[in-house]
This record gives sequence, C-alpha cells and structure tokens, in this order.
Amino acid sequence: MPNEIYQQLIATSTGVLLLTAILQIWGRSLARSIALLAVQGAALAGLVLTVGVHAGELEALTVAGLVLIVKSVVLPLVMLRSAARIGETREHPAQINPAVELIGAAALTLAAYAISGPLMGPNPGPALQALPVGFSLIFLGFWLLLIRRSAITGLIGFLVLDNGIATVSFLVSGGLPLTVELGVSLDVLLVVLILGVLVIRLQKVHGSIDITELKELHD
Amino acid sequence: MAALIWVLLAAPLAAAALSFAFRKQSWTLVVPVAAAAVLLAGGWALIVEVTTSGPVTTASGAIRVDALSAWMIAVVGAVAVIALAGGLPQRLSEQRKPGAFAALLSLFLTAMTLALLADNIAIMWVAIELTTITTAFLVASGEGRNSLEAAWKYVILGAVGVAIAFLGIALLSAASAPLGDPTVSWVELLQHASELDPTLTKVAGALAVLGFATKAGLAPMHSWLPDAHSQAPAPVSGLMSGVLLSVAFYVILRIQAITNAAVGPQLMQTLLVTAGLLSLGVTAGLVITQRDYKRLLAYSSIEHMGLLALGAAAGGSLAIAAVLLHMLGHGLIKASMFVLAGRISTVFGSHRIADVHGLLRSRPDLGGPFLLGTAGLLGFPPFVTFFTEVAIIIAGFTRGLAWQMGLACILLLVVFAGIARQALAMTLGAAPGGVGAHAQRWWRQLPIWVALTANAVLGFAAWPLAAVLSQAVAALGGAK
Repeated sequence: MPNEIYQQLIATSTGVLLLTAILQIWGRSLARSIALLAVQGAALAGLVLTVGVHAGELEALTVAGLVLIVKSVVLPLVMLRSAARIGETREHPAQINPAVELIGAAALTLAAYAISGPLMGPNPGPALQALPVGFSLIFLGFWLLLIRRSAITGLIGFLVLDNGIATVSFLVSGGLPLTVELGVSLDVLLVVLILGVLVIRLQKVHGSIDITELKELHD
Repeated sequence: MAALIWVLLAAPLAAAALSFAFRKQSWTLVVPVAAAAVLLAGGWALIVEVTTSGPVTTASGAIRVDALSAWMIAVVGAVAVIALAGGLPQRLSEQRKPGAFAALLSLFLTAMTLALLADNIAIMWVAIELTTITTAFLVASGEGRNSLEAAWKYVILGAVGVAIAFLGIALLSAASAPLGDPTVSWVELLQHASELDPTLTKVAGALAVLGFATKAGLAPMHSWLPDAHSQAPAPVSGLMSGVLLSVAFYVILRIQAITNAAVGPQLMQTLLVTAGLLSLGVTAGLVITQRDYKRLLAYSSIEHMGLLALGAAAGGSLAIAAVLLHMLGHGLIKASMFVLAGRISTVFGSHRIADVHGLLRSRPDLGGPFLLGTAGLLGFPPFVTFFTEVAIIIAGFTRGLAWQMGLACILLLVVFAGIARQALAMTLGAAPGGVGAHAQRWWRQLPIWVALTANAVLGFAAWPLAAVLSQAVAALGGAK
C-alpha cells in the first residue's frame, strides 16, 4: 500500500472515531447514539484492517472481521433491542449545562493529546500518531458515564471506553493473538448482554432506568 | 500431571452442564459442592506434584502451574467447600431455580480456576472478566429490588475497572517489543524483565494494578463491594468475599513480580501502600456507624484486602508467605461468617444490627460461631489471622515501611473497636421473644466448625505448608 494512502486511511478512520464520540456527547437521541456506535465500530475495524494490511499480517483480516461483526453489528443490535424493550428514545434532562458537557469533552481530548506524547516516542509512525484519538475515546467514554443519567447511555459510555481501549491497545501492541482477541470480544459481548438484561429488569422493578435514582444502598 | 490440570478445568464445567441439564431438580444444588471438593483435592495433588518436581506446563505454554497457582487452587477449593456446603438451604427445595443457580456457581468456579492456571496474562484477564459475568446474575438473584441496584453497580464498575487493566496488559505487550516477538506470557516477561521497555512497563504495571484493584476491592475503587457482597445470597457473598477478591489480588501479585524485576519495587510499593492504607481508612471510618451486619462483613473484607496490599508492598519472603496464608485464613472465616449472616437474616428477617440481639442466648448454634468468627476476623489468637497479621506488620517495619505500618496499626485498632462493638451488640444481651430455639442439624453446622477449627489449628500447624509457601514466594521472584 502506498504510504500516502496509508496515512490518509489512518487519518480517516481515527477522524471518524473521534467525530462519532463527540457527536454522542452532543446528541440526546438514544437511537442515534447507538447508530453512531455502529459507525464507530466500523471505523475501528477499518483502522485494524489498514494497519494490518500495511504490516502484511493476514491475521489482521480475521481480527478486523471480528471487530466489525461484534462492535458494529451485534452490540448495536443488542443495545437497540434493550432500548426498544424499555421504550426509551431520548436521554433524560441533563445534570449539567450542555455547553459544559462539550467544553469538558474538548478539554479531555486536549488532555489525551498531552498524555500520549511520552508513549509515542520521538519519531512515531503514522499509526502511533493516531494514539491520542484512542485516549480521547477512553476519556470521552468516562465522561459519558459521568454526565448522563440514563442507564442505556451508561452502557454506550462503557462501549465508547472499550472502543478507545481497543484502539490504543491495537496501535501500541499491533494486536494480541487471535485466541485472546476472541476471548476479549466474547467477554465484552457477554457484559453488554448482561447489562442489557439488568436494564430491562431495572425498568420493570423501579419503573425508570435513571441511574442517579439508584441510591437505596448506602452507609 | 498435565491431565490433572485439565480435570480441574473440566470438573466445574461438567458440574455446570450437569446442573443445567437437570435444572428443575433441587439436588443439583449439591453439584457445585462436589466441584469445589474436586478443586480442593486436585489443588492438594498439584501442590505435592509441583513442590517435588517443579512447575507443570501444558497447552503449548498458555497454562502453567507453579507452587503459587497450586496453592491458590487449593485455597479456592477449601473456601468454596465451606461457602457452598454451608450455604445450602435448610431444605433444598427452598431454592428458586436451583439448576441455574448451581450452574452459575460452577461456572464461577471454572472462571477462577482458569485465572489461576493461565500463564498468559491476557487469558488471566479474560478469566477475571468471566468471574464478573458469571456472578452478575448470582448477585441479582438476592431478595428484593436492592440486589438489582447492587448488580448494576457491580457489573458496570467491574467491567470498567477490568477494561483499564486490559489497557495495561496491551501496553505490557508493547513493552515486550524489544524481545523480538511481543508476548504476554507471564513467565517469559519475568525471565526477560530486564529487556522490557522501562517507561511502557511502568505505565502498563500501574494501569493493570489499578484495574485489577477494582476487582480486588481495594480503596478507592471499592464502592461496588459493600453493595454487591451484602445483597448477594449467602454462599455467593461467601465465595466473592472469601476467594474472588484474593484471586484478583493474585493477578496483582503476578504483575508486581514483573514490574519489580523490570523497574524496581518502588512503583508498586507506593501504589500498594496507598491502596492498603486507604482501604483500612475507609473501613475504620465506616464500621463504627454501620447499621447492616452484611455490609459490616463486606467492609471487613476491604480491610483484609488492605492488609494484603500492605504485605505485598512490604515484600520479602516473610510478608509474601503471610499474605498467601492470610488469603486462606481470611477466606475460610469470611465464608463461614457470610453463611452465618445468611442464617441470622432468615431467623430475624432483617439485615439490621439493631434488630439482632441476644444471639448467644436465643440461638447459641448461630451466636457461638458468629462470635468466634468475629474474633478470627479481628485477628485474635489462636486464629491463623493473628499470626499472619503480625507477620505482615513486622515485615513492614523491618523493610522500611515504619510509619506506614504504625498508621496501619492505629487504623486496625479503630476497625477492631468498631467491629467488636457491633458483634457484641448482636450476640450478648437478653434473648428476644419470638425467635424459635430449634438448633441446626449437624450437617449444617459441620462446615462452619471445620472452618473455624482449621483456622485455629493452622497457626500452630502450618509446617506442612512451609514447602509450598516458600516455593510460591520464590516463584514471585523470591526474597528481594
């Protein structure tokens, strides 16, 4: 693959990753946020494919396929199903001002660039230059978990965080062995399935899925 | 001996399949007890094998049993036998959905076994995540709507914490790039520790320990623990508090061994001392005003994990051997205490400390062991916890952690006063009316008395364990 195309493909896929995460913080529609999650998963698969093909590793094809199926198809479908069973389509009114949410997101992205410097070394290749985007996704996932009240958005936040961790780990380590990747994907899938079931039960028992109202257990 | 390793993985898995196949039958509840007994016996056999002829490797190196893994398997087996046998309901038919419950318990045992047998750190990670997955519905199966809240917090915080640990493992793999082929095999990383990239190893170790500390219940990542451990059914609480925390701590010990060899002990010592003192502090602050006796036991687990962290921070053969023995001592007592707490809440219909009093008079079959178990948790002699706690603190003093251990002693005194006051309020005093005085059947009392007796004897008769403990310490890089 020519170097120029390689660089452009990496820039595109990481750009889509960051853009989708910012849009998830901006928007309030749950269905759109889940759709963005599917796009994010596809961008991650694209990144894996680009880096893998450039390095001439055939295993990357399988890993990219796995990422595409799990993160871009299965997980969003599971989330959509949970959201539909509950009948929630929009996020609850914010705990904090929407402008503060976005300024926080921008600050976290800057922080991600600041901390990835030491890890990238003096002369990073194009792939490593994308590292800050991975860290941004991790921080933005945390941010979603913190600022939102709906349990569904909490789940989305967890998945954004997980996408960020997958991005960083792929960029720095060039991917783990396929068996491990399989185990990791299966684990994430199971966690999301379980949380999906718990959300539905929460709705049944408590009549709402507002996680700020889960405060009966305390000291 | 490789065959035995596969038996240990297959037995709990087969137990899960059997329970699920006959899920309507209430006898399936006994199946996980049998699986736990297999783990105990197999763990013991592995200890004998490994201490005489060295580590066993199988599955092209992905699975490797050294003295430390063998010891931990035996600990899991022993504590699980107590928690599961003691946690059987009075009449087996009382349990709702017995087969599914039993199958999840067996899968939970499988996940812990896999975490202990794996040499590949990424497989350890997958197994630790599986422990969250298998226990999620067990926590949610507790009575009342609060168990749902507890399960939600448990799964989301556990998953996020473990995800951060994964980042650490990926960075560790990147740090091993100078070896040629990146690897996450524990034994290879330890052998080539001096060749690892030091910056990456530091970041990786810190992130991995931070992440696994969430599962180990160390402060400040402990907030899910009192909720989950107090809302889960008794045998599940016993297993989670008694061994799951220690299994997560075992992974921290493995990571610590690598970072110590690669970049020196300073980094982990700072992290573990901070987490240990914070855990003791959190417990000291909350046990005095605690109103719920299951939460009291959960906080006591945070305290004991804090002690383990201090022991690991001190390092050296005395402290690490004490940490490993403490895992067994604390696990046995905590499993029995949660079993007793479950029975007390069945009799009194409440988790509130204020609703329970005069246990020694009204129900000596519950009050007696509850008081003895509390003494064990607080580290009274002759219980083994006394010897291990003293060993950890002495090791800390002799290895340059003087003021930290001094502070720990003060916090331990506060915890001591708090827990003792609450336990005495529950057991002493006049018998309340309306509490039936019928005693438990002998087979329900047996596991608890076995656990308490073993604890009291272990402190004086730990010499058969000396070989395995010293080899386990050596496996972690020895007495540096």
